Amino acid sequence: MTASTRQTDGVTIVDLNGRITHDEGSTLLRDTIKQLAGQGQKQILLNLSEVHYIDSSGIGELVFAFTNMRDQGGELKLLNLTRKVHDLLQVTKLHKVFDIRDDETAAIQAFSKSA
Amino acid sequence: MRVFYTLDSTLDSVDKAEAAALTMALKVGFPEEDSGRISLAVREATVNAVLHGNEYDSHKHVTVLLEAAPERLTIQVRDEGKGLDAGAIPDPLAPQNLSKESGRGIFLIRAFMDEVRFRIINPGTEVTMIKYVREATRDGQEASK
Repeated sequence: MTASTRQTDGVTIVDLNGRITHDEGSTLLRDTIKQLAGQGQKQILLNLSEVHYIDSSGIGELVFAFTNMRDQGGELKLLNLTRKVHDLLQVTKLHKVFDIRDDETAAIQAFSKSA
Repeated sequence: MRVFYTLDSTLDSVDKAEAAALTMALKVGFPEEDSGRISLAVREATVNAVLHGNEYDSHKHVTVLLEAAPERLTIQVRDEGKGLDAGAIPDPLAPQNLSKESGRGIFLIRAFMDEVRFRIINPGTEVTMIKYVREATRDGQEASK
Protein backbone atom coordinates (compact mmCIF):
# COMPACT_ATOMS: atom_id res chain seq x y z
CA MET A 1 0.00 0.00 0.00
CA THR A 2 1.08 3.58 -0.53
CA ALA A 3 0.01 6.68 1.38
CA SER A 4 0.55 10.25 0.22
CA THR A 5 -0.64 13.42 1.90
CA ARG A 6 -1.75 16.82 0.64
CA GLN A 7 -3.28 19.89 2.28
CA THR A 8 -6.41 21.82 1.36
CA ASP A 9 -7.90 24.56 3.57
CA GLY A 10 -6.17 23.22 6.68
CA VAL A 11 -7.39 19.67 6.06
CA THR A 12 -4.82 16.91 5.49
CA ILE A 13 -5.99 14.53 2.81
CA VAL A 14 -4.33 11.11 2.90
CA ASP A 15 -4.60 9.26 -0.40
CA LEU A 16 -4.30 5.53 0.24
CA ASN A 17 -3.67 3.05 -2.54
CA GLY A 18 -3.60 -0.73 -2.18
CA ARG A 19 -4.69 -3.26 0.41
CA ILE A 20 -5.04 -2.69 4.15
CA THR A 21 -4.50 -6.10 5.73
CA HIS A 22 -2.53 -7.59 8.60
CA ASP A 23 0.60 -8.02 6.48
CA GLU A 24 0.16 -5.12 4.11
CA GLY A 25 -0.74 -1.51 4.72
CA SER A 26 -1.76 -1.68 8.37
CA THR A 27 1.60 -0.51 9.71
CA LEU A 28 1.92 2.21 7.10
CA LEU A 29 -1.53 3.59 7.90
CA ARG A 30 -0.84 3.57 11.65
CA ASP A 31 2.54 5.26 11.18
CA THR A 32 1.04 7.90 8.87
CA ILE A 33 -1.69 8.75 11.39
CA LYS A 34 0.80 8.90 14.28
CA GLN A 35 3.11 11.13 12.24
CA LEU A 36 0.29 13.52 11.30
CA ALA A 37 -0.93 13.64 14.90
CA GLY A 38 2.66 14.36 16.02
CA GLN A 39 2.78 17.27 13.61
CA GLY A 40 -0.38 18.69 15.15
CA GLN A 41 -2.62 17.89 12.18
CA LYS A 42 -6.11 17.55 13.59
CA GLN A 43 -8.32 17.39 10.50
CA ILE A 44 -7.73 14.27 8.47
CA LEU A 45 -9.59 13.04 5.42
CA LEU A 46 -8.71 9.47 4.48
CA ASN A 47 -9.28 8.97 0.76
CA LEU A 48 -10.01 5.26 0.25
CA SER A 49 -10.97 5.41 -3.43
CA GLU A 50 -8.01 3.19 -4.38
CA VAL A 51 -8.36 0.75 -1.48
CA HIS A 52 -10.06 -2.28 -2.96
CA TYR A 53 -9.35 -4.78 -0.20
CA ILE A 54 -9.39 -4.64 3.57
CA ASP A 55 -9.56 -7.33 6.28
CA SER A 56 -10.43 -7.21 9.99
CA SER A 57 -6.95 -5.93 10.76
CA GLY A 58 -7.38 -3.10 8.25
CA ILE A 59 -10.75 -2.25 9.78
CA GLY A 60 -8.97 -2.11 13.16
CA GLU A 61 -6.47 0.36 11.72
CA LEU A 62 -9.28 2.63 10.48
CA VAL A 63 -10.79 2.49 13.99
CA PHE A 64 -7.37 3.33 15.49
CA ALA A 65 -7.01 6.30 13.12
CA PHE A 66 -10.48 7.56 14.05
CA THR A 67 -10.15 7.17 17.83
CA ASN A 68 -6.57 8.47 17.86
CA MET A 69 -7.65 11.71 16.16
CA ARG A 70 -10.77 12.02 18.31
CA ASP A 71 -8.80 11.51 21.53
CA GLN A 72 -6.54 14.39 20.54
CA GLY A 73 -9.44 16.70 19.86
CA GLY A 74 -9.24 16.24 16.11
CA GLU A 75 -11.54 14.87 13.43
CA LEU A 76 -11.12 12.11 10.88
CA LYS A 77 -13.47 11.42 8.00
CA LEU A 78 -13.47 8.75 5.31
CA LEU A 79 -13.81 9.61 1.63
CA ASN A 80 -14.87 7.61 -1.43
CA LEU A 81 -15.21 4.08 -0.10
CA THR A 82 -15.03 1.28 -2.64
CA ARG A 83 -17.93 -1.17 -2.59
CA LYS A 84 -15.94 -3.85 -0.73
CA VAL A 85 -14.80 -1.49 2.01
CA HIS A 86 -18.28 -0.02 2.35
CA ASP A 87 -19.71 -3.55 2.57
CA LEU A 88 -17.36 -4.44 5.44
CA LEU A 89 -18.05 -1.22 7.37
CA GLN A 90 -21.76 -1.85 7.00
CA VAL A 91 -21.54 -5.47 8.20
CA THR A 92 -19.51 -4.39 11.22
CA LYS A 93 -21.85 -1.41 11.82
CA LEU A 94 -18.89 0.94 11.70
CA HIS A 95 -20.64 3.00 9.02
CA LYS A 96 -22.53 4.47 12.00
CA VAL A 97 -19.28 5.37 13.76
CA PHE A 98 -17.32 6.94 10.89
CA ASP A 99 -18.24 10.11 9.05
CA ILE A 100 -18.26 8.78 5.47
CA ARG A 101 -18.25 11.20 2.55
CA ASP A 102 -18.30 10.82 -1.22
CA ASP A 103 -17.43 14.36 -2.30
CA GLU A 104 -14.01 15.76 -1.46
CA THR A 105 -14.94 19.45 -1.53
CA ALA A 106 -18.02 18.93 0.61
CA ALA A 107 -16.02 16.73 2.98
CA ILE A 108 -13.39 19.45 3.45
CA GLN A 109 -16.09 22.04 4.11
CA ALA A 110 -17.68 19.74 6.67
CA PHE A 111 -14.66 19.91 8.98
CA SER A 112 -15.15 22.17 11.95
CA LYS A 113 -13.26 25.44 11.48
CA SER A 114 -12.33 25.63 15.15
CA ALA A 115 -10.33 22.38 15.38
CA MET B 1 -13.03 -31.39 -6.24
CA ARG B 2 -10.87 -31.56 -3.11
CA VAL B 3 -7.66 -29.67 -2.39
CA PHE B 4 -5.53 -30.00 0.74
CA TYR B 5 -2.67 -27.72 1.81
CA THR B 6 -0.18 -28.06 4.65
CA LEU B 7 1.21 -24.59 5.27
CA ASP B 8 3.91 -22.98 7.40
CA SER B 9 2.87 -20.66 10.21
CA THR B 10 3.62 -17.51 8.24
CA LEU B 11 1.65 -14.65 6.76
CA ASP B 12 2.56 -15.91 3.26
CA SER B 13 0.39 -18.92 4.08
CA VAL B 14 -2.53 -16.61 4.73
CA ASP B 15 -2.24 -15.19 1.22
CA LYS B 16 -1.97 -18.73 -0.23
CA ALA B 17 -5.09 -19.94 1.59
CA GLU B 18 -7.02 -16.84 0.59
CA ALA B 19 -6.02 -17.16 -3.08
CA ALA B 20 -6.87 -20.88 -3.13
CA ALA B 21 -10.31 -20.20 -1.64
CA LEU B 22 -11.03 -17.45 -4.16
CA THR B 23 -10.02 -19.69 -7.08
CA MET B 24 -12.15 -22.56 -5.78
CA ALA B 25 -15.18 -20.36 -5.07
CA LEU B 26 -15.12 -18.88 -8.58
CA LYS B 27 -14.68 -22.38 -10.05
CA VAL B 28 -17.69 -23.65 -8.10
CA GLY B 29 -19.68 -20.79 -9.61
CA PHE B 30 -20.17 -18.36 -6.77
CA PRO B 31 -20.61 -14.77 -7.98
CA GLU B 32 -17.58 -12.50 -7.60
CA GLU B 33 -18.98 -10.76 -4.52
CA ASP B 34 -19.70 -14.03 -2.70
CA SER B 35 -16.32 -15.41 -3.74
CA GLY B 36 -14.63 -12.35 -2.26
CA ARG B 37 -16.52 -12.84 0.99
CA ILE B 38 -15.62 -16.55 1.13
CA SER B 39 -11.93 -15.82 0.54
CA LEU B 40 -11.99 -13.10 3.21
CA ALA B 41 -13.51 -15.58 5.70
CA VAL B 42 -10.72 -18.04 4.87
CA ARG B 43 -8.17 -15.27 5.27
CA GLU B 44 -9.52 -14.43 8.73
CA ALA B 45 -9.54 -18.10 9.78
CA THR B 46 -5.98 -18.59 8.55
CA VAL B 47 -4.73 -15.39 10.21
CA ASN B 48 -6.20 -16.69 13.48
CA ALA B 49 -4.51 -20.08 12.95
CA VAL B 50 -1.09 -18.57 12.20
CA LEU B 51 -1.11 -15.73 14.76
CA HIS B 52 -3.28 -16.82 17.67
CA GLY B 53 -3.18 -20.59 17.19
CA ASN B 54 0.36 -21.50 16.16
CA GLU B 55 1.79 -18.11 17.19
CA TYR B 56 4.17 -18.17 14.21
CA ASP B 57 5.83 -21.34 15.59
CA SER B 58 7.93 -22.76 12.73
CA HIS B 59 7.45 -26.29 14.08
CA LYS B 60 3.67 -26.05 13.78
CA HIS B 61 1.62 -26.13 10.61
CA VAL B 62 -1.73 -24.93 9.39
CA THR B 63 -3.80 -27.23 7.21
CA VAL B 64 -6.46 -26.00 4.81
CA LEU B 65 -8.94 -28.34 3.16
CA LEU B 66 -11.18 -27.05 0.37
CA GLU B 67 -13.93 -29.36 -0.80
CA ALA B 68 -16.39 -28.48 -3.54
CA ALA B 69 -19.69 -30.33 -3.96
CA PRO B 70 -22.46 -29.35 -6.39
CA GLU B 71 -24.47 -27.70 -3.63
CA ARG B 72 -21.77 -26.28 -1.38
CA LEU B 73 -18.18 -25.31 -0.73
CA THR B 74 -16.65 -26.54 2.53
CA ILE B 75 -13.40 -25.16 3.90
CA GLN B 76 -11.66 -26.46 6.98
CA VAL B 77 -8.71 -24.67 8.62
CA ARG B 78 -6.75 -26.38 11.40
CA ASP B 79 -3.91 -25.20 13.60
CA GLU B 80 -1.82 -26.86 16.31
CA GLY B 81 -2.19 -24.19 18.99
CA LYS B 82 -3.73 -24.10 22.45
CA GLY B 83 -7.30 -24.14 21.21
CA LEU B 84 -9.64 -21.23 20.70
CA ASP B 85 -12.84 -20.70 22.69
CA ALA B 86 -14.79 -18.92 19.97
CA GLY B 87 -17.75 -18.46 22.31
CA ALA B 88 -15.64 -16.28 24.60
CA ILE B 89 -15.02 -13.64 21.93
CA PRO B 90 -16.97 -10.45 22.76
CA ASP B 91 -19.64 -9.28 20.30
CA PRO B 92 -17.95 -6.60 18.17
CA LEU B 93 -21.33 -5.02 17.42
CA ALA B 94 -22.06 -4.29 21.08
CA PRO B 95 -21.92 -0.50 21.61
CA GLN B 96 -19.06 -0.81 24.11
CA ASN B 97 -16.99 -2.82 21.58
CA LEU B 98 -17.67 -0.84 18.39
CA SER B 99 -14.60 1.37 18.84
CA LYS B 100 -12.24 -1.51 19.65
CA GLU B 101 -9.42 -2.09 17.20
CA SER B 102 -9.58 -5.90 17.18
CA GLY B 103 -12.03 -8.76 17.60
CA ARG B 104 -13.86 -8.71 14.26
CA GLY B 105 -12.23 -11.67 12.47
CA ILE B 106 -14.53 -14.42 13.74
CA PHE B 107 -17.53 -12.14 13.40
CA LEU B 108 -16.72 -11.65 9.70
CA ILE B 109 -16.32 -15.41 9.20
CA ARG B 110 -19.77 -15.96 10.68
CA ALA B 111 -21.27 -13.07 8.71
CA PHE B 112 -19.95 -14.26 5.36
CA MET B 113 -20.39 -18.05 5.58
CA ASP B 114 -23.64 -20.00 5.92
CA GLU B 115 -22.39 -22.43 8.54
CA VAL B 116 -19.40 -22.09 10.86
CA ARG B 117 -18.24 -24.62 13.46
CA PHE B 118 -15.30 -24.38 15.84
CA ARG B 119 -13.85 -27.50 17.42
CA ILE B 120 -10.97 -27.90 19.86
CA ILE B 121 -8.88 -30.79 18.50
CA ASN B 122 -6.08 -31.07 21.10
CA PRO B 123 -3.78 -29.70 20.11
CA GLY B 124 -5.33 -26.91 18.13
CA THR B 125 -8.53 -25.58 16.70
CA GLU B 126 -10.48 -26.69 13.66
CA VAL B 127 -12.83 -24.26 12.00
CA THR B 128 -15.23 -25.59 9.39
CA MET B 129 -16.90 -23.07 7.09
CA ILE B 130 -19.64 -23.91 4.61
CA LYS B 131 -21.18 -21.78 1.89
CA TYR B 132 -24.16 -23.12 -0.01
CA VAL B 133 -24.57 -22.56 -3.71
CA ARG B 134 -27.78 -20.62 -4.23
CA GLU B 135 -30.30 -21.90 -6.76
CA ALA B 136 -29.70 -18.87 -9.00
CA THR B 137 -25.96 -19.56 -9.07
CA ARG B 138 -26.48 -23.22 -9.92
CA ASP B 139 -29.06 -22.42 -12.59
CA GLY B 140 -26.70 -19.87 -14.10
CA GLN B 141 -23.94 -22.45 -14.23
CA GLU B 142 -26.22 -25.01 -15.89
CA ALA B 143 -27.35 -22.43 -18.44
CA SER B 144 -23.80 -21.53 -19.35
CA LYS B 145 -22.79 -25.15 -20.01
